[in-house]
Amino acid sequence: MATTGILLVLFLYVHMAGNLKIFFGATPFDHYAHWLRTIGEPLLPQQWYLWIQRTVLTVAVIGHIAAATILARRARRARPVRYAHRPKVQGSYAARTMRWGGVIILLFVVYHILDLTTGTLNPVGSPGHPYANVVADFAPHRWYVTLFYALAVVAVGAHLRHGIFSAARTLGQRGARGEHVARVTALVLSIVLVAGFLSVPFAVITGLVN
Amino acid sequence: MNLKLRVWRQHGPDESGRMVTYAVEGISPDASFLEMLDVLNEKLILDGEDPIAFDHDCREGICGMCGMMINGVAHGPERATTTCQLHMRHFADGDTIDVEPWRAAAFPVVKDLVVDRGAFDRIIQAGGYITAPTGAAPDAHATPVPKPDADAAFEAATCIGCGACVAACPNGSAMLFTAAKVGHLGLLPQGQPERGARVLNMVAAQDDAGFGGCTNAGECTTVCPKGIPLTLIGRLNSDYRKALRKS
Ligand code: HEM
Ligand code: SF4
Ligand code: FES
Repeated sequence: MATTGILLVLFLYVHMAGNLKIFFGATPFDHYAHWLRTIGEPLLPQQWYLWIQRTVLTVAVIGHIAAATILARRARRARPVRYAHRPKVQGSYAARTMRWGGVIILLFVVYHILDLTTGTLNPVGSPGHPYANVVADFAPHRWYVTLFYALAVVAVGAHLRHGIFSAARTLGQRGARGEHVARVTALVLSIVLVAGFLSVPFAVITGLVN
Repeated sequence: MNLKLRVWRQHGPDESGRMVTYAVEGISPDASFLEMLDVLNEKLILDGEDPIAFDHDCREGICGMCGMMINGVAHGPERATTTCQLHMRHFADGDTIDVEPWRAAAFPVVKDLVVDRGAFDRIIQAGGYITAPTGAAPDAHATPVPKPDADAAFEAATCIGCGACVAACPNGSAMLFTAAKVGHLGLLPQGQPERGARVLNMVAAQDDAGFGGCTNAGECTTVCPKGIPLTLIGRLNSDYRKALRKS
């Protein structure tokens, strides 16, 4: 859970930072997307690096979901009779929404890849022109797409808020001051990530990027 | 105080149970929760009914026998308080209170609110001790223990094995209990020789007993009557990883 999760968080940070290139304009952003396909050249043939990364991420996602499924099934077996009276959340809200939150994020990623990687569900869907695709995506009349993106990104933030702290604990973080540091770090990293991701649709809606 | 109680009644381990409603009247706000149940039981006995079975022993918060889910919260609404130390003044006159046993596959219901916590004993048997030659008690200063270590070990040692952590855990995990025992012994010099084997064996016994896996949700600490800190789980994980690497 922790190892695969950390890998995915690293990807999200790189992805979020890469998205911010959109503020430099269409040419730099499209060039950045093109560059992604040339990483490792001439050692690696074109797009090989990208496919290696995609493979690693897919393996990480599958591992992450497999571990979560095992935990969820063990939890169900460990409490066959439910409580008649049970307040929903006593501890952390983020911790109690990890499973459903994870499912929502997975559905979002599937939609997102069909939208901006393959272009299938994108109104422009032009390969090699992610700038135009993103701008078309978040056009004001497609507010429901923007809303879905925003909800998904906030779900990712909540997931990471507990996930980053939990990974630290699983990997052996054990001091009281360290616990405070781990919790604050998880919160700050989640907020920065959410803000970074949300800045793009926000910029498109407000016309900052068009 | 007059209260309405809804209590889980189950005649035996293999019977099916249900919530039964009782009216309890004339309860002093200074009565403990268990004394309130005693009053109800006296009335049930006089009426020729079966009294509600519940576990208790010391009634001073140190043995870990009492413990029930009160309105969905293990040991009830007061933080760091066992059920026997919970007083009725924390409820309001006319309240409806739901009382259920700990719910976990590893803690089967024996009768009504009594569960069998033998699974905890099996975790202890797997390594919750130090192997030491018997004989006269050693001198208190024979093995120096740094004060901070002694304090941390003592904090972990205050776990009374009540099982509230399991009852509250959304995963039905016993991690806080096991971590308290592993931490208590692992912090002391006497616990070092068996430190690796202890954590591996106790975690294996915990998994065998049918407890769920820990996801660091933290609900255990919230209800623990002794405030066992979640950090001990990190200590267990760290010990576990080191022991795995060596084994
Ligand atoms: C507003 C937020 C986001 C925007 C504007 C955005 C934008 C994009 C764009 C333009 C691409 C295509 C890149 C290319 O083809 O070169 C992409 C790919 C991708 N994004 Fe996002 N993204 C956002 C949030 C997220 C989030 C929250 C996740 C994960 C939880 C995510 C996961 C992915 C994945 C897995 C890919 C596919 C990478 C690949 O093709 O190998 N994205 N995103
Ligand atoms: S850790 Fe706390 S809640 Fe769990 S058994 Fe020990 S005293 Fe009870
Ligand atoms: S009866 Fe001993 S702790 Fe409550």
